[in-house]
Amino acid sequence: MPMRHLTAIATLVLAAFAFAPQAQAADGAAILQQQCVSCHNLKGPAPQTLQQLWARKGPDLFYAGNKYRKEWLVAWLQKPQRIRPAGEFYEDHIKPGPKGDVVDPSTLHDHAALSAADAGAVATELMKLKPHDDLIAKEKIDNSTISSQMGELVFDKFLGCMACHRIEPDYGGLSGPELYTAGKRLQPEFMASYIRSPQAWDPKIWMPNKHVTDANIQKLVHYLEALSKEDGNEK
Amino acid sequence: MKNSRLALVIAALLAASPVFAREAAKDNYRTYCVQCHGTQGNGKGVNIRDMSVQPRDHTDAKAMSGRSDADLFKVIKEGGLSIDKSVLMPPWGSTLSDDEIRDMVQHLRELCKCKYGS
Repeated sequence: MPMRHLTAIATLVLAAFAFAPQAQAADGAAILQQQCVSCHNLKGPAPQTLQQLWARKGPDLFYAGNKYRKEWLVAWLQKPQRIRPAGEFYEDHIKPGPKGDVVDPSTLHDHAALSAADAGAVATELMKLKPHDDLIAKEKIDNSTISSQMGELVFDKFLGCMACHRIEPDYGGLSGPELYTAGKRLQPEFMASYIRSPQAWDPKIWMPNKHVTDANIQKLVHYLEALSKEDGNEK
Repeated sequence: MKNSRLALVIAALLAASPVFAREAAKDNYRTYCVQCHGTQGNGKGVNIRDMSVQPRDHTDAKAMSGRSDADLFKVIKEGGLSIDKSVLMPPWGSTLSDDEIRDMVQHLRELCKCKYGS
């Protein structure tokens, strides 16, 4: 066989290997690009105008590595359940009812479920997205103190967070994400930083900056972590 | 040389304090107020069921005419506690500019079809 034929065959074989689908190892980056980008912002920045905010269909993921607990991502992606009772953008999913506005479930869509391998690969890829290490580094969680009852008082009575957030499966407001699962879902430093300034993460978000003191931020983070461990709040 | 230094200073200032475009009051209302005050502005928002204090009905001319524009500006910017009302009304001063809050006060006057003291 002439040499150039051999070379051509060798090239073809190599090319076949190069382009063969990677059957064993799920490619998290590829899944994100194929299945996630149509609803989630993976590159940033967060919406800078209301038009951009209203167009958002799911939470921004470009800072997922600063926000989520990896083990929660792996589990949730395999068995996704709604976290925002009124979806995103909330105002597009509510309608007037006889006693006031209600969520219109017919407008909400379920999140796709991934296989265990894909969920693991996607979670690994998401945890690499950490553009806000600077904000996270400013938070120090004090693990030594504080009863969660004090946090509940701060959450409900002093700050009124329950107006927009659920703290039990059927108690609290609907326009923000449920918080009885927050401790399982979120890194404590992220919770502290987001409470300190929601606008530092998401300038147009409909959560106000309530100028929460350092001491109360600690109480709230402890409370949210305790809350997610209570019976009935498993999800 | 002086000009380029000035340009640098201006660029640094702009980078340090992000300035957002002034949004229309009805758009800000839809985004921030509707969650509690309702799509109809009548205080029947999607969040109200478990609230200990119910949000103000912005279409209630009698109640709304009892508040001055200055009070409305203050309660939007600094929250309910600033005028001895509920903590459930949060401060929006980190979300809305002063110009946007002034526009919102005018929007509230359109919703109630009322003026202070009328």
